[in-house]
Amino acid sequence: MLDTAMLDATILGAVLASIVAAATTLLLASLGELVAERAGTLNLGVEGMMIVGAAVGYATAYSSGSLLLGTLAAVLAGAMLSLVFAVLAIWLATNQVASGLATTILGLGLAGLIGSSFVGTRVDAAPALAIPGLTDLPVIGPALFGQDAFVYASILLLIAVTWGLARTRAGLVLRAVGENHAAAHALGHPVRRIRTLAVMFGGACAGLAGAHLSLAYTPFWASDMTAGRGWIALALVVFSAWRPLWLLGGAYLFGAVSILQLHVQGFGLGIPAQLLSSLPYLATIAALVVISALKRGQGAPASLGVPFVPDR
Amino acid sequence: MPLRLERQENISTLRLAAAPLVALVVTLIVGAVMFVALGHDPVRAFTIYFIEPLGDPWTLQELVVKACPLLLIGIGLAFCYRANRWNIGAEGQYVAGAVLGSWLALATHGTEAGPWVLPAMLLLGAIGGALWGLIPAFLRVRFGSSEILTSLMLVYVAQYGLDYLVRGPWKDPQGFNFPQSVTFDDVALMPLLFGEGRLHGGVILALVTVVVATFVLGRTLIGFSIELGGSAPRAAAFAGFDEKRVTYGVFAVSGALAGLAGIVEVAGPIGQLQPTISPGYGFTAIIAAMLGRLHPVGILVSSLVLALTYIGGEAAQISMRLPFDVTRVFQGTLLIAILAADVLVRYRIRRVEGASHA
Repeated sequence: MLDTAMLDATILGAVLASIVAAATTLLLASLGELVAERAGTLNLGVEGMMIVGAAVGYATAYSSGSLLLGTLAAVLAGAMLSLVFAVLAIWLATNQVASGLATTILGLGLAGLIGSSFVGTRVDAAPALAIPGLTDLPVIGPALFGQDAFVYASILLLIAVTWGLARTRAGLVLRAVGENHAAAHALGHPVRRIRTLAVMFGGACAGLAGAHLSLAYTPFWASDMTAGRGWIALALVVFSAWRPLWLLGGAYLFGAVSILQLHVQGFGLGIPAQLLSSLPYLATIAALVVISALKRGQGAPASLGVPFVPDR
Repeated sequence: MPLRLERQENISTLRLAAAPLVALVVTLIVGAVMFVALGHDPVRAFTIYFIEPLGDPWTLQELVVKACPLLLIGIGLAFCYRANRWNIGAEGQYVAGAVLGSWLALATHGTEAGPWVLPAMLLLGAIGGALWGLIPAFLRVRFGSSEILTSLMLVYVAQYGLDYLVRGPWKDPQGFNFPQSVTFDDVALMPLLFGEGRLHGGVILALVTVVVATFVLGRTLIGFSIELGGSAPRAAAFAGFDEKRVTYGVFAVSGALAGLAGIVEVAGPIGQLQPTISPGYGFTAIIAAMLGRLHPVGILVSSLVLALTYIGGEAAQISMRLPFDVTRVFQGTLLIAILAADVLVRYRIRRVEGASHA
């Protein structure tokens, strides 16, 4: 009797832990995109930057044997690819939707090229870091406090972004640029430089999310391994109504949907596996509909998606 | 950096037409760098990629066959993009059309059904794609949801739906458990244009679409309302054009053309349903639409160029063991280059003296 209870608790703990892991990828990527969008730039290249991060991170970690080096390379790769987008969308004022799509297509191709020689290999996943005292708590201890560095980093990043946007001067300027770039320009703020930095922050975060995917969550390289997570991260930003704390709820909700559908598949209840696999995407659509029906676009930065060209 | 974009007045048509060419050249240069980085002789790679396919009659036919879905989908997307509606889920509409059209092929399989089957399949394919495309349109009009994200999410849903069908209810019972449907009957297959070879009836359909779309977009009130709704929504509203109807209209057209492309591909070169029926035509067609300047004739040319990257990619895969991702890099670079070239043709970069900030 006691044994089954303990077993149940262990399974529950394992499920919770995998939800946390699935949510972390989404949280990292959506935090970065939120910052880019609060500065007024819609970057649809998240999927591409994430998968480039996954590929470069894996390749570097596998070749050097260092997860830290791999992670840094992933962050750098994501930021570099976002710079391509920034040059197009911010400095040449091209259409942001098309530029973001181009970034994603290019990223998917580059990642496939980089990853092709690593198919079938494995690295040791990022180790779990225990927090003394907390990790020993039953059920939630291992789930929440027996995680790898990426999970803790995502929470620290969430706090930093929330605080930074709301409480610092840099955050205020960034928001001003996103709300009214003409006014921010008139006040002497370098609109395009700020947006470029915000987009590059987003790229770095997407790269980090990719590294989490290929170095911790599933420690190997598979082509197209992001499987639309970058797009779901974009949807989460809309879902959060551009408030960082809401990303936490959104990311964990979607993490839960994507993990629980896997477990339901495992039970074999006669529900087609494909229907369950499409649940995260259907849930994304449902979430977008609900949030847009309720808020009707409120909360979006006023200059979002509008290119800034001085005196044009 | 005190640089500024200055709008150029009176740009010659020649300059505008030069932008896609400049983009192509830039892409080739990037490609050369990529081949060198991968340790291949760029001259040999380019020969295999872009020259050899053009010298062989069989591959030339294959080129046209691959351009066909890109052209159909790309023209549909031009309707959307001219209206500033961002349908990026054509891949899903393609699958939805293929599925609905194939339903008839499978329902009439082994019966005495006459030659009406194929036209009815094509119609169903267009309807299936249009219905799938109308979902994001409805969600945008009714709830204000971003059509970009919803149309893309529906790609995954459609692909899983197809996967379910070919592994489940529509699986060929005599197929040794392979995830594929029965091979379509002759009345459900696209006829070959010359009785043999690769060219099929879909090529004619695509060319007719070019003519019709050129007329509708360029010479009718519908085309004008799409264009105006995209470039000056307020003016369009004052002129009495209904924004919602434009949204539904362009999504229905682009969905229908993508669905048509899907069923043509399944009833043509493939001949049966299987889990994968597209090497990403729905996404590549976005580039075809952009590179072709959202003009049907331009998209005709750009579809052929992009089809060449597919054919060359397959050849390079076989003879140089290059991963197929080289093709995606080419396609992504091409889109980036065309976006940049477009701006640089219309604007001039000027150094601004004494500017304190950019």
